[in-house]
Amino acid sequence: MRTEIRFAGFGGQGIVTAAVIFGKAAAIYADKYVVQTQVYGPEARGGSATSAVVLDDADILYPKVTDPDIYVIMSQDSFDKYGTKAKSDAIVVLDSGLVHDRPNCTYYEVPASRVAKEELGRVIVANIIMLGALVAATGVIGREALKEGILSSVPKGTEELNLKAMTQGFEIIEKIKA
Amino acid sequence: MSQLEFVQGNIACGKGAIAAGCTFFGGYPITPSTEVAEYMAAALPKIEGGCFIQMEDEIAGIACAIGAAWTGARSMTATSGPGFSLMMENIGYAFMTETPCVIVNVQRGGPSTGQPTMAAQGDMMQARYGSHGDYSIIALCPATVQECFELTVKAFNLSDQFRCPVFVMTDEIIGHMRERILIPDSVEIIRPKPAKPTDLPFGTDESDIPGFLPFGSGQRIHVTGLTHDERGYPDSSSYQRHEMLIKRLVHKIESRRHEIADYEIVNPDAKIIFICYGVPARTVQQLAAQDKAIGYLRLRIVWPFPEEVLKQFKNVTTFIVPEMNLGMISREIERHTAIPVVSVGKIGGDLHTAQELQEVANAYKTAGGQR
Repeated sequence: MRTEIRFAGFGGQGIVTAAVIFGKAAAIYADKYVVQTQVYGPEARGGSATSAVVLDDADILYPKVTDPDIYVIMSQDSFDKYGTKAKSDAIVVLDSGLVHDRPNCTYYEVPASRVAKEELGRVIVANIIMLGALVAATGVIGREALKEGILSSVPKGTEELNLKAMTQGFEIIEKIKA
Repeated sequence: MSQLEFVQGNIACGKGAIAAGCTFFGGYPITPSTEVAEYMAAALPKIEGGCFIQMEDEIAGIACAIGAAWTGARSMTATSGPGFSLMMENIGYAFMTETPCVIVNVQRGGPSTGQPTMAAQGDMMQARYGSHGDYSIIALCPATVQECFELTVKAFNLSDQFRCPVFVMTDEIIGHMRERILIPDSVEIIRPKPAKPTDLPFGTDESDIPGFLPFGSGQRIHVTGLTHDERGYPDSSSYQRHEMLIKRLVHKIESRRHEIADYEIVNPDAKIIFICYGVPARTVQQLAAQDKAIGYLRLRIVWPFPEEVLKQFKNVTTFIVPEMNLGMISREIERHTAIPVVSVGKIGGDLHTAQELQEVANAYKTAGGQR
């Protein structure tokens, strides 16, 4: 089954990196067919950034995302642009400290940037918390596959920090679901 | 050991080049092709004899790629629209001097600097006719990241086999998107026909393709863009010499266009046949999976154009040609068939959707091919 995921936020949050890590986890470690694309604008830090991943169990022909099933949103601007258009059965995972509005569909509030900064000491891993939350909330790929995807992508010496961030993401969703 | 990787199309072109034994890259980075150069800059210094040079511009980039090919190295460059325009004169030089080399063009919106970060297929005619004079070339069009790898390898083989520059014509979408690819343990490699040191450097047998005597192979060799004789010496004022040379250079490719042809046909008995290449082919494939009343021809090699293939569609009433330009290959198709050809050009960077193509197909299903 085709699943379309939109990642959006601002430049510097690691939006494209998150999509690439997730895509790699799905393609290499969860044996899915995956296409990852991004908008290649002249975006620097602070501008909008977006990336998309299409997952399927069969060959993906049309490569672009048209009507996402899942959103990972990390800024109010990108919520205005994408979140407001989410279809009624979509799932939105949002950074609740940065996105003030809420969509008209199932959503999960993940205070990723706050947790990354206050509990892990590095705001840069907020995107990995969001990936943990995405996987725990939707189950589109297994947790082990995500872990392998992260470990094979992040710089040496940051593995522990990134796995902690991923686990934080899992736990935030588990608490919401409990 | 063969391995799975999750990479961009541009990186897959680089990996294909390395797998094919490429040891030289000369070029100038330009969006959206830069990742090809970036990959080669990292990979080539790790290979014995490997060399990467960033030149002052694209003119120099292809010039040094041509020079490297004459040392016997597998040699390449990569660029996009504006850089491709700058390379045109030297592409003619590579054709005239029968220099094997590979040029990756990651197409973006033009003319001029146009849309650096958006996809297009607007250089398809430039690839065929962009340099001055009569010539013929080979151009491959991948539609997946896996094909970026495979067709780059194939480009090197064709380039050596036919002793001519070969283009890998991708676009910003394929170049920048990531997919899973399988990198095999090894790839088939076809090198140029060897020549004996006693052969004339541009003398040929009935194959029309001379054996390759790169610099250092034991003869003094003169390489010139002027019309030349079998020894390589200029002879530019003879009618016969020029006609003989250019006809041979064109003939060596055009006479083998059905042997070079590489395509995929699905549902050839349909009345509505799409003809596609590159990334829009993926939309056509999606549509064909939903609508059994259409068929398609997907070209992996667009130039030389394999016009004989058009005869395989016995029931066709309309050819529909979606391209990310305002109709280029559609005109080449028109010149080879009496069947109506409908061009569905889309520019701006966005890919045709299945719905858009379905609407066009539906319109011609009822119209029975009449415009």
